[in-house]
Amino acid sequence: MMEALQKFATHYNYFVTIFLMVAGLYIVIARGNMIKKLVGLSLFQTSVYLLYLSPGKIVGGTAPIYDGAYQVYANPLPHVLMLTAIVVGVATIALGLALAVRINEAYGTVEEDEIFSKDGEI
Amino acid sequence: MNTKAAPEVVATPEVFVIMVLLTLLAAVTLAIIRQRNLFSVVILSSIYSFLMASIMIALDAVDVAMTEASVGAGISTVILLATLHLTKSVEYPAVRQVALPLFVCIVVAGALIWGSISLPPFGIADTPIHTHTAPRYIEMAKEHLMPPNIVTAVLADFRSFDTLGETTVIFTAGIGVLLLLKGRVKKMQGQDDTEKKGEA
Amino acid sequence: MKLDLVLRVGTKILLPFILVFALYVQFHGDYGPGGGFQAGVIAAGMVILYAIIFGVNKAKHIVPQALVEAMIPLGVLIYAGTGTVSLLLGYNYLDYTGFAGDFLRAHEWGILIVELGVLVTVSGTMIAMFYAFAERGR
Repeated sequence: MMEALQKFATHYNYFVTIFLMVAGLYIVIARGNMIKKLVGLSLFQTSVYLLYLSPGKIVGGTAPIYDGAYQVYANPLPHVLMLTAIVVGVATIALGLALAVRINEAYGTVEEDEIFSKDGEI
Repeated sequence: MNTKAAPEVVATPEVFVIMVLLTLLAAVTLAIIRQRNLFSVVILSSIYSFLMASIMIALDAVDVAMTEASVGAGISTVILLATLHLTKSVEYPAVRQVALPLFVCIVVAGALIWGSISLPPFGIADTPIHTHTAPRYIEMAKEHLMPPNIVTAVLADFRSFDTLGETTVIFTAGIGVLLLLKGRVKKMQGQDDTEKKGEA
Repeated sequence: MKLDLVLRVGTKILLPFILVFALYVQFHGDYGPGGGFQAGVIAAGMVILYAIIFGVNKAKHIVPQALVEAMIPLGVLIYAGTGTVSLLLGYNYLDYTGFAGDFLRAHEWGILIVELGVLVTVSGTMIAMFYAFAERGR
């Protein structure tokens, strides 16, 4: 019991990351609204940032900016990867939103089910 | 691999703050799932980004936190709101069944949790990630072979091919948005069939 | 929005400080948190704030559409050009060692130029995206 609790406490970051990931996946699968889907996709993306950054942290360390007074630093490599991923993420989300705007102009809706039924009529 | 019987539990105020922030993040996520008004969803996702930036500061990732606060909470909120202005801001009530997606998600979550149990505990220093390339970067900064901000040095010097690729991706996405949205808006009831539906 | 005095005056007061902060983040990226990506987004945020309060047309007087569209490829060109210059100096692609005599100084110059390219592309893309979405609504 004690050991399970300890495991839960030391892996809490990963569990929340998995929850965010699965929540994003759920929104993408279960919801028909395209804007909501894109928000879900960005939730999924953000959970990956957490997945990369959590192992890089050392408790008692400091940010990876070198100064003679400190010895322990967080791992800079995940930071580099995630920094570029965030900016690329917003660019691709904007591209998706632009597609949603064009779909709304063509079909008058961004609900997937309505688009499918309109496609059936034509 | 681990010589100790049980992993050493690191319990400092720092860890506690991170856990509280993560719990808040999970709560905001639940609200995003449940909320049907898309305007609220956008504002909640902005709050989510700010919380995520706070967590990143607590995880010592200051550069990433700065990016997340400006990009996730700033630009992405503005663009989402602009999209809502162009489309409808209320999501229709669900007509689909939720059982299958829920089942898929629970299975995925179970698999991921099963896989994450054997990961090293949070916050300790002698894990594989900290023993390979990171010490070399810090050593180089110590010998004044690169600027003090290790993240910038790795981003623009060690991994500059990577960053060139990322810049090209942003360039491509920007061109894509301009291609999709620049130019005349075609009205719904006009002769809009010429281009869009291909006249099957 | 045009009638709201507090927002208009407040925005005008804020704008120069946002720009100075963006430049600080850009050029101080070697020593503190920051770099081209963050500075580009903050600089774009300044233009977007101005466009939200005063309208896109007025923002286009300051930052014209043609300039923004030129900035998107220009940044990538600066980045890739830096690599080509380092090739011509006899080093590997994007190896900045030849830019100055001192090793650290040369690499700092290289990082600064490359980050400038990133700044130009990122801010250009973000402003262009905002213009595209805002223009579509009219």
